[in-house]
Amino acid sequence: MTMHTLVAIVEDHPGVLARVASLFRRRGFNIQSLAVGPTEMPGLSRMTIVVDGATVAVEQVRKQLAKIMEVIKVSDISRQRLVAKELALIKVRTTPTTRGEIIRAADVSGARIVDAAGDSITMEITEDSEKIDSLITLLRGFGIKEVARTGRVAMTRGAEAVLQAGAETGPARGRRRGPPAVPETYKERS
Amino acid sequence: MKLRGARILCESLVREGVEVIFGLPGGAVLPLYDVLPEYPQLRHILVRHEQGAAHAADGYARATGKVGVCMATSGPGATNLVTGIAAAHLDSSPVVAITGQVARPFIGRDAFQEVDITGITLPITKHNYLVMDAAHLATIVKEAFYIARTGRPGPVLIDIPRDVLVDEATFHYPDRVDIPGYKPVTAGHPEQIKKASKLIDEALRPLIIAGRGVILSKAFAELKELAEKAQIPVVTTLLGISCFPESHVLSFGMVGMHGMAYANLAVNHADLLIALGIRFDDRATGKVSGFAPQAKIIHVDIDPAEIGKNVRVDVPIVGDLKQVLQDLNGQIQVRYHLEWLRQLEEWRHHHPATALRHSDNLIPQFVIRKIYEATAGNAIIVTGVGQHQMWAAQHFWYDKPNSFIASGGLGAMGFELPAAMGVKVGCPEEVVWCVAGDGGFQMTMQELATLMQADIPVKIAIINNGYLGMVRQWQELFYHRRYVGTWLPNPDFVRIAEAYGLPGLRVTDKALVPSAIAQAMAHQGPFLIDFVVEPEENVYPMVPPGANLFEVIEEPRRDVELTIGPRETSNL
Ligand SMILES: Cc1ncc(C[n+]2csc(CCOP(=O)(O)OP(=O)(O)O)c2C)c(N)n1
Ligand SMILES: [Mg+2]
Repeated sequence: MTMHTLVAIVEDHPGVLARVASLFRRRGFNIQSLAVGPTEMPGLSRMTIVVDGATVAVEQVRKQLAKIMEVIKVSDISRQRLVAKELALIKVRTTPTTRGEIIRAADVSGARIVDAAGDSITMEITEDSEKIDSLITLLRGFGIKEVARTGRVAMTRGAEAVLQAGAETGPARGRRRGPPAVPETYKERS
Repeated sequence: MKLRGARILCESLVREGVEVIFGLPGGAVLPLYDVLPEYPQLRHILVRHEQGAAHAADGYARATGKVGVCMATSGPGATNLVTGIAAAHLDSSPVVAITGQVARPFIGRDAFQEVDITGITLPITKHNYLVMDAAHLATIVKEAFYIARTGRPGPVLIDIPRDVLVDEATFHYPDRVDIPGYKPVTAGHPEQIKKASKLIDEALRPLIIAGRGVILSKAFAELKELAEKAQIPVVTTLLGISCFPESHVLSFGMVGMHGMAYANLAVNHADLLIALGIRFDDRATGKVSGFAPQAKIIHVDIDPAEIGKNVRVDVPIVGDLKQVLQDLNGQIQVRYHLEWLRQLEEWRHHHPATALRHSDNLIPQFVIRKIYEATAGNAIIVTGVGQHQMWAAQHFWYDKPNSFIASGGLGAMGFELPAAMGVKVGCPEEVVWCVAGDGGFQMTMQELATLMQADIPVKIAIINNGYLGMVRQWQELFYHRRYVGTWLPNPDFVRIAEAYGLPGLRVTDKALVPSAIAQAMAHQGPFLIDFVVEPEENVYPMVPPGANLFEVIEEPRRDVELTIGPRETSNL
């Protein structure tokens, strides 16, 4: 697996996104997707960043991100069991003959029709990115007019949350009470 | 207590212990300048170009370890700071830069002298702020100073709209900061320290490579103890110079492109490299893939992101060097590496890097040597960038901690004079020599006026080779001696000095060097000497760009043609 999912909890100040973007640009880190939204805590936003480990040094990305003052925590959660979803809106051209087929395709893929016009259908799908890719491929034959995707958001399975997670996903900085059991820098090599 | 933003700023600076601000006013900061006289603790030194203010604040910070402060107006004032901020950033120097901004209602409207300086300095500051409320100002100043000086130090910029300086707010200076995303680690992990000490105990050919981190952490004594206890030779990077006494028997000079051949050979042969506060810059490592091929690497740095950034590391330790070395020194065993040290001595014997080439003419290395002799090494040397910088690094023995100051990472010509100014302001009791290139000097020589106005007695030695010498050297070696855009038909520097009101001397004769230096040192105020030196002298040893450290060239005949060769892409 070369795609890595990083989750960053950041203060939602103006300019934080600019700092993150500037960092990616300056260090030449190519990102696959970036999704930002509020969290359960007021004043904090969550960024889900997908990078290709084949093209960037993921650990460098994580550590450089952690240096940004407003970034409270960054974790590479790729090695854990995840719930990872993405939402896509897809507008497909329809004709009287293809319409039924398109609706069936949406149905089997778990997509929902959210808008219909005389010669088009817009569907919404919330799935992992690969399933969305397949649906788009499938619909391509009918003529896709427009696609809007959010980029992946992800969460680890189980009770643990990114902000509470211990040494396993360890903060780059942020140890308040002495060093964790496994030093993050050491762990990074294993 | 309700105060205007301008006074809140000044009160905050006073509480941070600021003694001096290098700056130049303009419309956006007028409300601030207007109240400055109410705070005599804050000495304002008027520069002649804001780049000078930033370099001076940087020089002050490097020499004192305290946060240096510079100030400029919005727009062009702020952009003029940029080179100086970048220099401070790359060399991890604690600087707070304060810029004026257009009033809040004008932001984003391309108002007169509006630039997005927080946007511009995003990649060259440790952090920056745009203050949108006078009530935030005190907290921001507190945070800015804290961020600048803690962890891996660096520049922080505070951009303040004009109307925020005028607005009133309740002044309360916080006594602590709380930045949830910023908690620098200082103690190394015990597990890692144990591993490192085991490697050190077992090593046969250990080598310490020490960088500016040692100076920033003031870990001079701890480094010395480590080296002496286990008898480990020490080499430094350019910015590590003066972190370990160079006349110490365990000192083997500087590594890198213009490092000593024996230092580079040592890196090449070591079986353990103890890298302390260095960031493995390509000028220090040479070709990265061939760097320290036989060595395991222990890397101690306060910045976790430095670890594994450029080279593979076997035992990383994140922490403050002073603390980490204290812990490490407590664990390592006493060792003697006689064989290894004898080998290094032998290399040093066969590759004397600091021997002066014989010449009847005035060669630049000779000037540096004479400054060393005249000061007995008890001086702070501040250099520009180029050949003179390398000669100053090579031909002076830096025994005094933190006595070599130069722009390493950015390599900013023009750093020399304003930085020396800041150094002297920070350390008035020290002898400060500015070793300037004739090219670099002309980039910031307007600060001669500042030296005079603020009475800052820096001694200036211009190494006048009539060229942008380092670039000329590359043209000679790698571009068939085609000198394009490097010849400098210079002005009369002595008359320039005189025009600014300071005494100047021109020296063209070897024999007159010592007396000129003595005269400069005897003089109370600033003094300039124009040393007209051999124009085509080259810096050796030299590791060609992109080559391995062991592929060092030492003083070839001039007709020998060198090429960069089919190596990895060089970073010219
Ligand atoms: C601001 C800036 N511009 C260009 C360079 C590229 N450069 C590196 S060394 C050098 C020559 C410096 O000339 P001088 O100050 O006379 O020093 P010398 O090498 O002759 O001792 C130049 C142009 C630089 N480092 N900084
Ligand atoms: Mg020159």
